[in-house]
Amino acid sequence: MLKIKDLVVAYGGIEALKGISLEVNENKIITLVGANGAGKSTTLRSIVGLVKPKQGSIEFEGKNLLSIQTKDLVRMGITLVPEGRRVFANLTVLENLKLGAFYRKDEKEIKKDMDWVYELFPRLKERTWQTAGTLSGGEQQMLAIGRALMSKPKLLMMDEPSLGLAPIIVKELFEIIKGIHKQGVTILLIEQNANAALHIADQGYIMETGRITLTGTGRELLVNEDVKKAYLGESVHK
Amino acid sequence: MSLDILLQHLANGISQGSLYALIAIGYTMVYGILRLINFAHGEIFMMATYFAFFGIATFGMPWYVVFILAILLTGLLGMSAERVAYRPLRDAPKISILISAIGVSYLIQNLAIVLFSGRPKAFPQIEFFTRMFTVGNVRIQALTIVIPIVTAVLLAVLIYLINHTKNGIAMRAVAKDHETAKLMGIDVNKTIALTFGIGSMLAAVGGIMWGLKFPNILPTMGIMPGLKCFIAAVLGGIGSISGAVIGGFILGLGEILLVAFFQNLTGYRDAFAFVLLILILLFKPTGIMGEKISEKV
Repeated sequence: MLKIKDLVVAYGGIEALKGISLEVNENKIITLVGANGAGKSTTLRSIVGLVKPKQGSIEFEGKNLLSIQTKDLVRMGITLVPEGRRVFANLTVLENLKLGAFYRKDEKEIKKDMDWVYELFPRLKERTWQTAGTLSGGEQQMLAIGRALMSKPKLLMMDEPSLGLAPIIVKELFEIIKGIHKQGVTILLIEQNANAALHIADQGYIMETGRITLTGTGRELLVNEDVKKAYLGESVHK
Repeated sequence: MSLDILLQHLANGISQGSLYALIAIGYTMVYGILRLINFAHGEIFMMATYFAFFGIATFGMPWYVVFILAILLTGLLGMSAERVAYRPLRDAPKISILISAIGVSYLIQNLAIVLFSGRPKAFPQIEFFTRMFTVGNVRIQALTIVIPIVTAVLLAVLIYLINHTKNGIAMRAVAKDHETAKLMGIDVNKTIALTFGIGSMLAAVGGIMWGLKFPNILPTMGIMPGLKCFIAAVLGGIGSISGAVIGGFILGLGEILLVAFFQNLTGYRDAFAFVLLILILLFKPTGIMGEKISEKV
């Protein structure tokens, strides 16, 4: 579905991505795990065209994404839940969700998806008329995901959804991500929380300073000694 | 001062305030979406009066047709200025685009001097607006009543547009966060152009009514109202539409009443706005309706 080949991205003279390749297959949960500054967000930002790569190619369903503007990606079925949620704090929950469906004209289907989002996140329904800025961190993350779902994505990309959330909410969140996946949405998940991410992933990539250093199924990576040491902490798997 | 005269001054102040409000909205909308003080806004306002002047005086078209055409043309002018002078600088430092705005302001002003000559022209008087009414003992020009009504109607339309239409929600989203707006599939460039179009059209309505009220029109006539309405926008809290309206009315009423109550201060009429600016910057820099701007993280 999504194919990245030899992607190089440089900020000024510094290469944030030094030629990475990865593949996202339809109906899978793929996760990209790595520490701060490994280049995870840069990878996502290049996919959506917010960063211009120096080299390499990104293809989605056979189409070259590098020649497509950010605003048109959502029409192709790609959506990104950005790092730090980035909900429109001055808008109500409902308006935020409506913006997710901005390009769509099929009012009936939009209504259906709205009901689905409210079903996934009942807390949002209670807060329909509140401005997004008044929501808690966890609720904002739910809104950001709900907003992305309103675009009826084929590929849902998430940039560190668990960041800054209480462990219990993270757990809830990952259950919901699994639920979304069951509805037929392909997921590309970026996480520092390797344990949680690898548990739900079909395929995992480990990133270090601009390179992909390891890849395997979620289960393989969870038991890999190097991964355990670097990302999981031994205590997790006692 | 008798009650009648006070009422007359109040009516004048409200009508002056309406004009300021209409122009101030353009500043505040553009600032909201681009964080740019569009210094060419006063010149856009000036051009609207000239468009209307030529439509009536040179082409002899009926005034209502001319007004609509002038408003549309001014909207286009505002959008072109954005396209040519601001859009290419979207990723440049804020100061570059600000300087570009000052450039556009001087360009339009000097172009107008070359094309229309620097001598004042007399804006045509239209009977519909110049008629005098007598309400009780107060004699009032129709225009003095028309201006606040037009302003109120336009404000209502604008508020509906911004709060309840798709484009309006898009505008508010872009004002908050360009990148995320793009991710939603919003055409940020189109939304910004629309903002300039609306702001310029409101300035055009203000400009035409200004011409009717003060029929002496000049290529430099945009400078003072431009500055004052910028002050009105700052006073109300730049970025806030209701703030711009409140600021406009405070300024308009303040000016008129200052002169009414203290006749020996007549010469300081223009200074009032600037004193107000200094005071607001000293004591409440975010303006009356302004939110505390938190830096983006």
